[in-house]
Amino acid sequence: MYETQYHRATSVEGAARLMGEAQDGKYLAGGMTLIPTMKQRLASPSDLIDLRRIDALKGIKIDGRKVRIGAVTTHSEVATNEELAKICPAITSLAGHIGDPQVRNMGTIGGSIANNDPAADYPSAMLALEATIITNQRSVPASAFFVGLFETALEPEEIITAVEFTAPDKAAYKKFPNPASLYAMAGVFVARSGDQIRVAVTGAGENGVFRLNDAETALATSFTPSALDKLSVNPDGLLSDLHATADYRANLVKVMAKRAVAEIANRPM
Amino acid sequence: MGLEGIGARVLRKEDKRFITGKGRYTDDMVVPGMKHAAFVRSPHAHAKIIAIDTEAAKKMPGVIGVLTGAELKADGIGNLICGWMIHSKDGSPMKMGAWSPLATDAVRYVGDAVVLVVADTKGQARDAAEAVDITYDELPVVVNAVAALEQGAPQLHPEAPGNLIFDWDLGDEKATNEAFANASHVTRLDIVNNRLVPNAMEPRATLGVYDAGEDHYTCWTTSQNPHVARLVMSAFYNVAPENKLRVIAPDVGGGFGSKIFIYPEEVICLWASKKTGVPVKWAADRSESFLADAHGRDHATHAELAFDKDNKILGLKVQTVANLGAYMSLFSSSVPTYLYATLLSGQYDIPAIHANVKAVYTNTAPVDAYRGAGRPEASFVLERIIETAARELKISPAELRRKNFIRSFPHQTPVIMTYDAGDFDATLDAATKVADYDGFEDRREEAAKRGKLRGIGLSCYIEACGIAPSAAVGSLGAGVGLWESAEVRVNAVGTIEILTGSHSHGQGHETTFAQLAAERFGVPIDSVSIVHGDTDKVQMGMGTYGSRSGAVGMSAIVKALDKVEAKAKKIAAHLLEADEADIEIKNGDVKVAGTDKSLPWFQVALAAYTAHNLPAGMEPGLKEGAFYDPSNFTFPGGCHICEVEIDPETGTTEIVQFVAADDFGKIINPMIVEGQVHGGLAQGIGQALLEGTHYDDSGQLLTASFMDYTMPRAQDLPSFKIMTTETVCPSNPLGIKGCGEAGAIGSPPAVINAITDAIHNNNLAMPASPQTVWAAIQAGK
Amino acid sequence: MARVELVVNGRAVKGEAEDRTLLVHFLRENLGLTGTHVGCDTSQCGACVVHVDGMAVKSCTMLAAQASGSTVTTIEGLGANGELHPLQIAFRENHALQCGFCTPGMIMSSADMIRRHPNGLDEATVRAELEGNICRCTGYHNIVKAVLDASDKSKAAVQAI
Repeated sequence: MYETQYHRATSVEGAARLMGEAQDGKYLAGGMTLIPTMKQRLASPSDLIDLRRIDALKGIKIDGRKVRIGAVTTHSEVATNEELAKICPAITSLAGHIGDPQVRNMGTIGGSIANNDPAADYPSAMLALEATIITNQRSVPASAFFVGLFETALEPEEIITAVEFTAPDKAAYKKFPNPASLYAMAGVFVARSGDQIRVAVTGAGENGVFRLNDAETALATSFTPSALDKLSVNPDGLLSDLHATADYRANLVKVMAKRAVAEIANRPM
Repeated sequence: MGLEGIGARVLRKEDKRFITGKGRYTDDMVVPGMKHAAFVRSPHAHAKIIAIDTEAAKKMPGVIGVLTGAELKADGIGNLICGWMIHSKDGSPMKMGAWSPLATDAVRYVGDAVVLVVADTKGQARDAAEAVDITYDELPVVVNAVAALEQGAPQLHPEAPGNLIFDWDLGDEKATNEAFANASHVTRLDIVNNRLVPNAMEPRATLGVYDAGEDHYTCWTTSQNPHVARLVMSAFYNVAPENKLRVIAPDVGGGFGSKIFIYPEEVICLWASKKTGVPVKWAADRSESFLADAHGRDHATHAELAFDKDNKILGLKVQTVANLGAYMSLFSSSVPTYLYATLLSGQYDIPAIHANVKAVYTNTAPVDAYRGAGRPEASFVLERIIETAARELKISPAELRRKNFIRSFPHQTPVIMTYDAGDFDATLDAATKVADYDGFEDRREEAAKRGKLRGIGLSCYIEACGIAPSAAVGSLGAGVGLWESAEVRVNAVGTIEILTGSHSHGQGHETTFAQLAAERFGVPIDSVSIVHGDTDKVQMGMGTYGSRSGAVGMSAIVKALDKVEAKAKKIAAHLLEADEADIEIKNGDVKVAGTDKSLPWFQVALAAYTAHNLPAGMEPGLKEGAFYDPSNFTFPGGCHICEVEIDPETGTTEIVQFVAADDFGKIINPMIVEGQVHGGLAQGIGQALLEGTHYDDSGQLLTASFMDYTMPRAQDLPSFKIMTTETVCPSNPLGIKGCGEAGAIGSPPAVINAITDAIHNNNLAMPASPQTVWAAIQAGK
Repeated sequence: MARVELVVNGRAVKGEAEDRTLLVHFLRENLGLTGTHVGCDTSQCGACVVHVDGMAVKSCTMLAAQASGSTVTTIEGLGANGELHPLQIAFRENHALQCGFCTPGMIMSSADMIRRHPNGLDEATVRAELEGNICRCTGYHNIVKAVLDASDKSKAAVQAI
């Protein structure tokens, strides 16, 4: 790791000010991606501005079916929130399967979304839940937030403060992990609210997370796994690497989508 | 057996320090004035070095020295060598290219060490390493061994035209051809044994300390054989004469073969310590380990197995191309030859075998011994082809094996080895019974109803351990003898120190070796200490690899114990005024048999050291040493059965049952033997299902971290069902065969046989990752 | 340079380190607590797991400066009053370690796992929960046994109270 300067922010405003003063600063939340990247000398921020101890960014608030998750809420906090599990078990289950237990104890929802790793789990949930990303400057719908590989709508000094969404009637997330890294090679989040069905895919797209419109259309006719039997996922535009060719990923996307639908169908609530 | 004697399930003495964080590994060592090293390694797989500019690096903060290969050479440090001479079939010696510890003229793989930087901190050393400016002229690259043999392939070493290191034959080609001419069925198979990265959890590290006052060097290193390291560094690399070089291998966090070899880093850090005047520590990052540790396996093989009309095997032909990487590592030449082709007879009575092995240079990391070393490759060839043959012949795989088992011992194979003992029916019977092999088809049907493909695979392996009779390996080209030494020191109060040339890096020697003394004298194992891993404490030893610590290392201890016992009995007979033949040592007492006359053990020891009343002419003291040179290899064997369920939609394989029945001869501590089997199975299953090493065409390692190289995790593995049968090994005093590598040798073919059975497609590469299995299912449709 | 203040194994410690210093290096090099190991550089092997404010984290993926102000427990501080922790005992009794290098991280992760599952564990859960820890020696067979053993005993101890 190159030498850097560490700052601990105590307020969102203070953090933004520190970033303004830094030559080439980076916000640090759980650090589960940024620190490994710095260790490999692939990132060399002059300053690190630690957001993890800012109280305003912490915690989960639930009001009826409206959910607000503070940006520095860890994956394990989301995974173990019983109130949230009652109205949206898909998101607690997703959080409980990110990385490993130690990563879940440090990694945050804000960090995951801001990084927009094409194999991260949360972006698919944000897209399928039509979540709103709240920053210190504005509110951005998820559909406009995730721009491309590791790219988001965030401006340099902008800080995610929370995400908000309305719990869907039903939802499920199924992922097939990379056997080595355990990141998603194909992760499919299916959400249904009334007639509206949204299917979002992570881990597979060359440009990161995307909606699978063909699956949504098919499921609108019949919300059953077999409705996806004829679904053909186009491998063009899918990632291809050592562990999964685009063809294999296309297959995994379909299989995971069917399994997510099956889980919803089989769930008592 | 006593509570702590031979055969007892004694908990490990060494555990206390490991479970409390008090283990002492090389990177934990701190000496006054110690500084930190970082290597500048080649980013190219093949290039000429045009220029090395170290000026900017030397001016970086904290930098003490920036050293190059030219300076190393000027100081007379020698090239690294391979210590096992192989002759090609035309009689010519193997063609070894020069390997300078720091590259001077050319680099031949990504990770090749070029420059050393020493600085106050590790971070500063890395910062400065980036400031070293090396101009390269890139050359064409070849990473695949078969491609490296083709006309026009990029050439690595002028010493080895065509990249061919040797073209070696074993067995009778003419007799084998004749056997095939009479065959009623021939099974043919092309298989690849995938390259593996050993990945002991402790990355390699070394601390070199030069003492100018004494003109003496100390080397702490992550080694499985510190004495061999000292010998090689003294005799071949000119680091220092043996009496001026102490090598210490403290707690070592796993080896699996990868810490046998003498790498550039130890040599360079010792030399750099003298050059810079400070102690120099280097500790590899995992990423560095991936690039610069010796890898394992990497064979491409064509095999043919001939049968008569009664399904008896007539002959076996094997042609293998072995990738040895960019340089010949210390024992690299022995792995695809005498540790491989000599085991191709397996558990079967095969009248004629012919093997040809071509060893090849490529622009990849050096390849050398990794858990099993040659024997997993042999068992993979044989156990895959016999299972394939059974399918072709439409006969039960168990039955075909049974029909061809060797049943009388000693048995001379056509490939050098003389098997001394074994009972292959016993392990096959034990495993098939526990696995309910005969009831498998019902389980297959039941799984099919759940949409799963279920398969079962057998593997009946044999291996050669207890490496090895010195004269025999000497005649085959080994540069060293493979005996072991021991010294038993009984202290004046009766406590015991056992000094051994074996080295424990997880095997539990501090417990099992102490059990030998407990068995012999009835003393508690807490009063027995095992001393190892330091060339200043133990005079000489050959180290731990090839499952040799039991069969060879413990046999040396037994010989030394014999001598101590004999002398103790003489002293006791004298003190008790009895006949020496009537003295027995039991439960810590030295007795005259059939009487109530006895002395406690410590009094005999004390008498030896007070020397007030010893038999006439006897020297004081109670300390004996012994060297043990085995008379033969040992031959552990067994049967592994793997049962899998495959999700056809994703290609995911779940091992639903894994059974291993092994014959290790006599067992000293069953708990430790079971642990060795578990670990070996995990590595073998890892090879079969998870671990793949991939270089791209430009020679970049694509699987260069745990992000891409799949290490077996708890969730990838089942709990194992293991058991042992016993035929006593007649070739050593304890009757033991060794157990360290069996799991990794027997399991890969069992796994692949099971998967290919499940998917009905025999063409399946390792690792059988979900993608690979899914693709094989699609291809078989 | 960063000023780092921690309570480590019950003792308040202060030190200075480069801002880029990882917690694991601060523990090993500044405090001499070499029981915490570094087995990889991609946050996967878990040899470096310690507890920070009661939770298992990978100390190779946290800056010492980030941890400043926290309470840290390492393998050296796991037992209390000179007694071994039940997991340390279970690891020995079940032969759940060989070379010992991954062991401190394994034990620290397992302690966290047992804390989070007060009602007990089963084999599948233990295997899933160990995904952040890699062992090359044991094949996990005896580690799983040891964790289940310690979990059963701690459950029994809780029920006895």
